[in-house]
Amino acid sequence: MSYLLQSLADQQLKANLPTLHVGDIVKVHNRIVEGASERVQMFQGTIIALKEAGPATSITVRKTGAHGVGVERVFRVHSPRVETVEVLRHSKVRRAKLYFLRNRVGKKARLKQVRR
Amino acid sequence: MKGLIGRKLGMTQIFNEKGVMIPVTVLEVGPCFVTQIKTPVNEGYAAIQLGFETVRERRLTRGERGHLDKTHTSPLRILREFRIDEAEVSDYRPGQKLLADLFSEGDLVDVVGISKGKGFQGGVKRHGFNRQPKTHGASDRTRAPGSAGAGSTPGRVYKGKRGPGHMGHERVTVQNLRVALVDPTRNLLAVRGAVPGPKNGLITVAAARKKAR
Repeated sequence: MSYLLQSLADQQLKANLPTLHVGDIVKVHNRIVEGASERVQMFQGTIIALKEAGPATSITVRKTGAHGVGVERVFRVHSPRVETVEVLRHSKVRRAKLYFLRNRVGKKARLKQVRR
Repeated sequence: MKGLIGRKLGMTQIFNEKGVMIPVTVLEVGPCFVTQIKTPVNEGYAAIQLGFETVRERRLTRGERGHLDKTHTSPLRILREFRIDEAEVSDYRPGQKLLADLFSEGDLVDVVGISKGKGFQGGVKRHGFNRQPKTHGASDRTRAPGSAGAGSTPGRVYKGKRGPGHMGHERVTVQNLRVALVDPTRNLLAVRGAVPGPKNGLITVAAARKKAR
């Protein structure tokens, strides 16, 4: 890629974003536009997939919602609609995609926490 | 009709003002220099000739150098002409430098490029012919072009009959691309969507001739 093209793509990136890892428990501050008003909604869960793609870098965050229903949302972390991503905890993981969590419920769906 | 000469750098994605990610092609346009102004009085029509990419002087023929000396511009590799309105002639002066800020975000532009060469291709890829059956006794005919016409009458293949042949490497215009980003300091232009040709391919960008509804 030519350096000019690269620099233009890099301009789209957020400078203050923390380094994200698969297995991290994160709180995503998501900006929601409803007509004229705007508010920030939180989504807290585990990063089960991280797709590195320059400005299009995205994370898949999974949480267990009400009545044990799994909820997954994909965020483009560099999007202006995502205000910040807060990393709360890290987990010990041995693979790049944690899709196996989809087939687990309750205590089996936990990941071992690590300090970093 | 204002226009610029440039090169295609490649594609990437950017966020627009609504926070939606859009695909864009990044073009390095200009600096372009006005090398000649054609007027109805002299040439019978109104146009500007632009030059792009400076080269060492000895790379040009004496004729080319003499032509550029008339406007006191540095040696330029590429010259292209853009038709303008007769009323616009006074907007330009010889030797004037044109940069990416000629366009602004939201403008509609037409981009002309030379498409990527595909070599000698069959009718299926080149013209979208249907394939023939792969089974039911068919052999070696799957991507064949089929019949080229009737028999004794007319007894020949009609001119212009589509068939296999050279594909790509032709002048292609893409109309009504929206300018998504202008970077005047580095002379970059990002247009929404794809642009014909390979990376580093020569392109011309001009204001859209037909306005989209």
